[in-house]
Amino acid sequence: MRFAIVRFPGTWSDRDTYHVLHDVLGQEAEILWHRETDLARFDAVVLPGGFSYGDYLRCGAIARFSPIMEAVTAFAEAGKPVIGICNGFQVLCESHLLPGALVRNASLQFRCEWVHLRREGGPSPWVDAIPQGTVLRIPISHGEGNYYADPETLDRLEAAGRVVFRYCDPDGNVTPEANPNGSARNIAGIINARGNVLGLMPHPERAGEQLVGGTDGNRIWESLIQSALAAVR
Amino acid sequence: MPVDQAALDAVALSRDEYDLLVQRLGREPNDVELGMFGSLWSEHCGYKNSKPLLRLLPSTGPRILTKVGAENAGAIDIGDGRCVVMKIESHNHPSAIEPYQGAATGVGGIVRDIFAMGAYPVAILDSLRFGPLENPQDRYLFHGVVAGIGGYGNCLGIPTVGGELFFAPAYAGTPLVNAMCVGIAEVDKLLSARAQGEGNVLLLVGADTGRDGIHGASGLASRTDPEARFEEMRPAVQVGNPFLEKLLMEACYELASQHRDWVVGLQDLGAAGLTSSVVECCAKGGAGAILDLEHVPRREQGMTPYEVMLSESQERMLVIAKKEHVAEVTALFQRWELHCAAIGVVTAGREVVVREHGVEVARVPVDIATDPPQYRREGVRPAELAELNAFDPATLPDLAPSEAAAALLRMLARPNVASRRGVFRQYDHQVLGNTVVPPGGDAAVLRVPGTSRGIAVATDCNARLVYLDPYTGGAIAVAEAARNVVCTGAAPVAVTDCLNFGNPERPDVYYTLEQAIRGIADACLQLATPVVSGNVSLYNEAGGRPVYPTPIIGMLGLLEDVTHHLRAGFEGPDCQVVLLGAGLEQPASTLGGSEYLDAEHGLVAGMPSIDLALEQRLHQLILRAHAEGLLLSAHDCSEGGLAVALAEACILGGWGLDAACDLPGRLDAALFGEAQSRIVVTIAADGFRQGGGLARLRDLGEELGVPVTPLGRTTREPRFRFGPIDLPVGELRRAYEALLEA
Repeated sequence: MRFAIVRFPGTWSDRDTYHVLHDVLGQEAEILWHRETDLARFDAVVLPGGFSYGDYLRCGAIARFSPIMEAVTAFAEAGKPVIGICNGFQVLCESHLLPGALVRNASLQFRCEWVHLRREGGPSPWVDAIPQGTVLRIPISHGEGNYYADPETLDRLEAAGRVVFRYCDPDGNVTPEANPNGSARNIAGIINARGNVLGLMPHPERAGEQLVGGTDGNRIWESLIQSALAAVR
Repeated sequence: MPVDQAALDAVALSRDEYDLLVQRLGREPNDVELGMFGSLWSEHCGYKNSKPLLRLLPSTGPRILTKVGAENAGAIDIGDGRCVVMKIESHNHPSAIEPYQGAATGVGGIVRDIFAMGAYPVAILDSLRFGPLENPQDRYLFHGVVAGIGGYGNCLGIPTVGGELFFAPAYAGTPLVNAMCVGIAEVDKLLSARAQGEGNVLLLVGADTGRDGIHGASGLASRTDPEARFEEMRPAVQVGNPFLEKLLMEACYELASQHRDWVVGLQDLGAAGLTSSVVECCAKGGAGAILDLEHVPRREQGMTPYEVMLSESQERMLVIAKKEHVAEVTALFQRWELHCAAIGVVTAGREVVVREHGVEVARVPVDIATDPPQYRREGVRPAELAELNAFDPATLPDLAPSEAAAALLRMLARPNVASRRGVFRQYDHQVLGNTVVPPGGDAAVLRVPGTSRGIAVATDCNARLVYLDPYTGGAIAVAEAARNVVCTGAAPVAVTDCLNFGNPERPDVYYTLEQAIRGIADACLQLATPVVSGNVSLYNEAGGRPVYPTPIIGMLGLLEDVTHHLRAGFEGPDCQVVLLGAGLEQPASTLGGSEYLDAEHGLVAGMPSIDLALEQRLHQLILRAHAEGLLLSAHDCSEGGLAVALAEACILGGWGLDAACDLPGRLDAALFGEAQSRIVVTIAADGFRQGGGLARLRDLGEELGVPVTPLGRTTREPRFRFGPIDLPVGELRRAYEALLEA
């Protein structure tokens, strides 16, 4: 597959994502400056982590006005796969491609640590190849990853299978202790109604090699790649 | 007209220094020139008290690519055409006044030093000292500093992978905030901070220039006791913009790595702003410059030339572009959405001429500006040391075996021992994807991207020991930092140091400075780790009392194969646990200056000691045993001694320990004595390895003259049994995480 990795001013997971997609998983990937407007040659778009525009004003609030976002929105609306990781998730929420918002961690502190995620919901090409209930170990790194939406929206998301990852303990139990940031209902990742857009606070690109702590993050990329291959067949 | 005292005070020049300046200049300086000379002749920029002593430090070696002090940071060849660039720097005084911004801009400043060399920054470490957390002021400073480091470093996307944290009353209200940055560059892409080539153009890139930070170098960092004037001095602390720095970093790295031939030099604007960066570049390049200040982009109207020349506004870089490439360089920075203004040209003369709208406002001879007076003083050993050193811990009652478990739990919960997880989880320590061994062990290990190599980095300094004997304490700081990287399997290769001391005009402080430097020098020679860069921070005093003399050592180690590294925690059950270095029976003197003596007896006394030759042999033992694949884990014994080291290895690994042997001699010294040059390792149980790992380790120990003492084995059951202590590991962990919510 050919991945577009969008670099806003202040993005910093662009190279890490490129490394995992290109060097570890052997995919084609290209880092695109936010002033680009053409996504026609890509099969998937990644909005990576970082502090776009320094997180000034509000996380993701300025990046959503970047020239490339019009193309990203069209790409998503065409049903093609888009993933927003960390700051990218915040951008997707600010762009209304996903509902809700990411607010300040309940601890009021930045948190960088390994967490466990339970795969649920779906369908979505981003998770279809990961069996329901699978526990993935992937790091978080954010100060504002506390997912918030009103209760009706949360009910609607859950009923539609749009919560695809929740923070859990190593055994898959969704507990308050396993919630690193105060997210509503331990939500770590959600999809849009069609399932092609995934927003995720943890960083799968940081769990791509055993040398740096684990490879569970690759399951998400591999799921997408498998879905794409299946579609071709 | 003779200058009045108030004007000299404002730039921290003495009357004698002023008279010397007038004599060398052949005239009185005007206001702008006085401000420029005052900054450049300050301790912070000119090192006038420390330079003669710094020459004592070994600074060369086959891997060392830079001349110490000549560039923004030191560069060390690591093979494959790559080098590591590193430096440590203090931001103590600003952090005392405004902890968040002081620490944040400390990180910003050291990161600029690294990318000014053409390197990409890959790691930050922070060495922090505070007064006790029970003091509300020190607690405020601690939280502010940690938040500031995270706020800046996290936004930049550079992992903060290590450092240390130490609390003592000697730092009450006078925190030490030292930030170290490590970068990686291709050797042939390294940039120099020089201005050369008549007609080449000085470009000022990044932030606009404002009135912030004026007199940071001369006022804040170069004299005694700013405490009384904290409110007044707060505007001298700059405010950081990490987002802008991120763009600057990316643009400068692109310039260096892809268009090295467009520029002759790159320099950051730090202390004394435009003044020092232009003058120092001219000094290095043997050139002069003309500056036209009306081209300097400003944040506000009405700034005087004095303010423009001395502003310490952050996130600015000076690019010396070849005249034929100015347009391309400018376009590169504009593509990164950065301001880039041509503010002057390089000249053949040896003067920096400053003009505004064509009118000359200052003319500074480069050679005078960069040659401040140097002071070689007479030091006197602090009087209180005689009594402190004479103290014999053997006169204290020994610890009762029935009290040992409780004492260990108290030790693990001590702020100087407890887990730093509550701090480092606030720092992104993984971004860039190279963090192989994260913070929490002896040293962090990072992959060198694009190679099979790794680097190990650590900072260290037990200032209590430097206080008790500056020479020995200085040597121990180097030894322990080196031991930390050795515990990952890396060979120590180079040092960067940050010397935090009080007012050097005091003979007792000067003595400690000189002796600590001599100790560092001897240890660096013994361990073959030259000092490639560093920084001196003097006048760290509050209320007339200096901080503990604190020479922070930043150590770089190299791993040929990054996959072949060691961690501090036990790696599994049924491993043999072996102590390398001084054995189980310890004299009471090893309690001198220890955390235990302070914790349980309220005493900071005794006489530290180290055998540097043994230290080096210990390192050889570890590195040879590791090369043969004997070792499974390695952990240094430091604050809290052997018992704490073993407990940490259990907590980090999640396994138990069965070492319920009889401990000979004094129990307190055996458990908590802090003899140097000791490392706890694990090896596979003999049945798992043909020939027996322990026998081989003993042979190596005998050959190298390092005692080898088997202690016991690791267990699946999470229980800690050592000497008379028998506790669940979970209880140790609860105590060890005391600082988590602090």
